[in-house]
Amino acid sequence: MQRYWRVLRLFWSTAIAAELEYRLNFVIAAISSLGGLIGSLFGLFLFYRTGYEFPGWSWEEALVVLGIFTMLQGFSATALAPNLNRIVRQVEQGTLDFVLLKPISSQFWLSTRTFSPWGLPDLIFGLIMIAYAGSQLGLPLMAYGLGLPPLLFGFISLYSLWFMLGATSIWFVKIYNVTEVLRGLLEAGRFPVVAYPAVYRVFFTFVIPVAFLTTVPAQAVLGQGSWGWLLGSAGLSLLLLQISRWFWQFALRFYTSASS
Amino acid sequence: MALKFPDLRRGWAIARALLSVYYAYMVEYRAELMFWVLSGTFPLIFMGLWAKAAEGGQFALDSATFIRYFLAVFLVRQLTVVWVVWEFEREVNEGRLSPFLLQPIDPVWRHFFSHVSERFARLPFIAVLIGLFLWLYPQAAWVPSPSQLALGLIATALSFCLRFIIQYTFAMMAFWTERASAIEQFWYLVYTFLSGMIAPLAVFPEAVQKFVLWTPFPYLIYVPANILIGQPTPIGQGLLAITGWSLVFLAINRWLWKRGLRQYSGMGA
Repeated sequence: MQRYWRVLRLFWSTAIAAELEYRLNFVIAAISSLGGLIGSLFGLFLFYRTGYEFPGWSWEEALVVLGIFTMLQGFSATALAPNLNRIVRQVEQGTLDFVLLKPISSQFWLSTRTFSPWGLPDLIFGLIMIAYAGSQLGLPLMAYGLGLPPLLFGFISLYSLWFMLGATSIWFVKIYNVTEVLRGLLEAGRFPVVAYPAVYRVFFTFVIPVAFLTTVPAQAVLGQGSWGWLLGSAGLSLLLLQISRWFWQFALRFYTSASS
Repeated sequence: MALKFPDLRRGWAIARALLSVYYAYMVEYRAELMFWVLSGTFPLIFMGLWAKAAEGGQFALDSATFIRYFLAVFLVRQLTVVWVVWEFEREVNEGRLSPFLLQPIDPVWRHFFSHVSERFARLPFIAVLIGLFLWLYPQAAWVPSPSQLALGLIATALSFCLRFIIQYTFAMMAFWTERASAIEQFWYLVYTFLSGMIAPLAVFPEAVQKFVLWTPFPYLIYVPANILIGQPTPIGQGLLAITGWSLVFLAINRWLWKRGLRQYSGMGA
């Protein structure tokens, strides 16, 4: 375990050192996230401007969902996209061989190798949005703490789904864009799940668990969470994580490397 | 330089050759193509939101019109997808542009026809998805009149050209910077929110609506989609704006292309 920590620290410090070479990129990323934030707020505003409300969600409460969505976006830009989108290239070029030869878990290596600070502005803006909405609603400090566990579970679920999609590249080399499909569907997390018609709700709860990624943590922050949903999201994330590990072991059996 | 008849015939022969080559190439990667189609579900997500919202709240359009609108948006979006900046950027950075410059045809035509032929390869997937949603919402089904359909498709074709020219103009920046696609990404962000992809302009606040109509964005999605579903739109003005913006960007593009070629120092140049 300790070895993994040390390796992780090395991975990320080199990654940050490399990214700091391109400081201008960070400025661009910050401006883009600000633009994205304004756009998201505008999109939400269009619904609330004529007095309509998502059933049971006031403007401020919907802002919490949007804030969590923004954080999730930041998380995927920081930790998921730079690593998991690279699996395809490793398979294609056969460099996965080198990873498999290393004396640590290959899933760990593939999932944590780099770290891109590009998503940090999104994480910060998301936090600001939640804090603003929370102060408008007069939420106690404790409430934010309550939101943390489901948020963490959400991160784990998202990671596992993403990793499994990335792992399918062992069979189908040319499907690097399958993660784009997931990303497209995640956009649904901008809004509380009750805002969708019934068919969509079923889809976004049971097929692609978007509801667990943003709505459930938001409910926990707002003090409307229930044990059922919390347990559900914990169970789901652990299950998905375990499946992703099995899936990777299974997929590796079909890996034929570049030269064989 | 006047266009003579043999020129036209030669142009047609080249276009046909490029189209069939790239069509064969695109059909080769059907799975990849299907995922690209599926990754454009953004309008379908907003369709659900607005269809539900219109049942409960006071909005400018009713539920069925929203569904129809977003299906049209989905269609227009699929038919106007452009990715030339990424390809061009790579060609410049890796120096692969050099051999293309030696050929007696402007490199833009390769990109253009590969985009056009990809549309045809995409059609079956688009039809299936639209069919699925019409099955979910049969009340929203509509049959555009022949003139609507013709005008709508012309508008879509023109806005594809506009989007292509704009993105190819950004691609020209690859001669000066390594990451021309960053410009496109920022543009795309604004495009997402102002083109009518998240909501028809009719539900925008009045002032925003007026402002947006002066930008190129609504002509890329909103106007063609509206023509397709037969919502009242100033069609003439829309087509004029699309053409106008295309010419503006075309001029900038050609100017940058000339300057850029002088700047170009890729491998082998």
